[in-house]
Amino acid sequence: MCEEEEVYCPELQDTTQGKSLGKTCMKCKESSAVLLIRAGDAFCKSCFKEYFVHKFRATLGKNRVIYPGEKVLLAFSGGPSSSAMVQQVQEGMSRDAPKKLRFVPGILFIDEGTTCGMSHEERQQNMSEVQNVLQQTGFPFYIVSLEQVFSLPGSILQRGVPEQRANYKQEVDRFMVQQQAQGETGCSDILENLAKLGVNVSESSRESDKMFQSTCRHPPDTHTQKLIQLFASAKTLTAKHQLLHTLRSHLILHIARTCGYSKVMSGESCTRLSVSLLSNISLGRGAFLPLDTGFCDSRYGDVDIIRPMREYSLKEIAFYNRLFHVSSVFIPALNTKVLENSSIQQLSEVFINRLQADFPSTVSTVYRTSEKLNVSKIDANQGTCAKERCLLCLSPLDTQVGEASAFHATQISHYISQKILMKFNDPANSSGKSCCQEGKCCKGPGYGDFCQPRALQAPSFVDMLCYGCRLTVKDLQSLDALPQYVLHEAEHRSRRIEMRKEIEEFLLDKDEENLH
Amino acid sequence: MRVQWFCFFLSCLTRRVLRGGAELLFDGIKQHQVTLPNQSNPWDIRQLLVWIRHNLLKERPELFIQGDTVRPGILVLINDADWELMGELDYQLEDKDNIVFISTLHGG
Ligand SMILES: [Zn+2]
Ligand SMILES: [Zn+2]
Repeated sequence: MCEEEEVYCPELQDTTQGKSLGKTCMKCKESSAVLLIRAGDAFCKSCFKEYFVHKFRATLGKNRVIYPGEKVLLAFSGGPSSSAMVQQVQEGMSRDAPKKLRFVPGILFIDEGTTCGMSHEERQQNMSEVQNVLQQTGFPFYIVSLEQVFSLPGSILQRGVPEQRANYKQEVDRFMVQQQAQGETGCSDILENLAKLGVNVSESSRESDKMFQSTCRHPPDTHTQKLIQLFASAKTLTAKHQLLHTLRSHLILHIARTCGYSKVMSGESCTRLSVSLLSNISLGRGAFLPLDTGFCDSRYGDVDIIRPMREYSLKEIAFYNRLFHVSSVFIPALNTKVLENSSIQQLSEVFINRLQADFPSTVSTVYRTSEKLNVSKIDANQGTCAKERCLLCLSPLDTQVGEASAFHATQISHYISQKILMKFNDPANSSGKSCCQEGKCCKGPGYGDFCQPRALQAPSFVDMLCYGCRLTVKDLQSLDALPQYVLHEAEHRSRRIEMRKEIEEFLLDKDEENLH
Repeated sequence: MRVQWFCFFLSCLTRRVLRGGAELLFDGIKQHQVTLPNQSNPWDIRQLLVWIRHNLLKERPELFIQGDTVRPGILVLINDADWELMGELDYQLEDKDNIVFISTLHGG
């Protein structure tokens, strides 16, 4: 080994050291490069900054979804991408920015410490770190615990009515006139709303010490226990990830709705989106790829989720944060220090990163594929609210398909295999018939492992879910651990369906009348 | 005697490793100063990774090093520049070089 090194060293020195000194920035062709993005594009520090800042504005400008004066909630996780996103908004808001951003930002941080078994003290420490970072932004911010999902209303699972907006250009013009006429409006109404909800608000201009106490308020222990129970009932890490994602989305939506934000910015990078693209396909969520990974996700109707960081790779983000001192907060998550094969999400990440190491265009290829999937088509084909939506993820249901479909085939095979299972499990009821007599399990293809009656009957609940969410729920030991708002809304829906069945005859008559 | 700075950035793995040793908190960055033993050939990154593996990583080294290089998804910065511009594993360390490892993996 040593000999080899001695032989090769002079050569290596020639090529490598020479290369690093010789590589100049491809943009200004003057300064020496500090970063290689994509194949062969080397940037110097100042050109990289310009490129990074420009891309953010260009992404927002190109898509034209944020109206001037609109309230936008930035979802901040403490991680590098959302930290960079908040920093870009700050940059765009600064007085000397060339094309100033004209929306009204607020920041939301959700403390998810309970899901990975963090102690109260650890969570406090993380939250105060987050608080320190957010205070420096000068934007209003909200710090809430995931435990808050236990006080959400069932209405969170109903689709809102999209606000009718005039033409983008007209809105911009109107805004400019409005701004000249009046000064900035206060946000007292929001504060009032929040006080009612028990959400903790903090504004940099306020007395920070007082606010600090309220922001780090201890969630009720019973809620913490319930949350621990819920996550313990998920049998796989994959399901835990999906569950966390679902609950988090509901809480973000809730805060956005109650505080009057009509847009939420989510900081997924293109690396992360490529990973979710692959994992979502494996999780049976292929039908919703445009919603789950696209630039604008309008499934909630009144609140749109937009992803302005989706054109940055994690490498670009990491370099930007390092070179321009964007501080982020490291908070352990569900997948911290886990084995590579512990969940589908983890496996997809490992797969993408391995591939990316050998083929540097992997992420951009996967990402560009996702771009070709159109969001508007889903809405266009299925109407705005006409189609039934999944109870949990609010995507238009992908389960109302014909009998000659893969979905139907999967269901049948599941049904049959379950029947066999039940026979083995219960020798007393060795025939399928005796099981049916109880009338519990043969109403439809249920997902329970036994014939036990449940507080909420699994089949009707499962019927309200999309295929992907069904798989997640299947991995839950009991539905009873789910937060009340989910169960309430499920009941509400099944009652509505029953009612519809009762009056169906009359409705049909009406239709026929219309036809005549 | 060579003195180098190794900053381990937001990586849970190293955070734990460094907990016992000389640990400095600086802008949320964990910094670690190490003195590498003298050797006849100049140190390169390849050798440095082996050294880190033996001296700093006590547990689950595969979260940081795989094969003879860093785990895919971990970025290496040499004096705040991309190591891909500096010859990667073959880069020869100089006195007071600043090597940073940044994990882009979800969960650190
Ligand atoms: Zn340049
Ligand atoms: Zn769903």
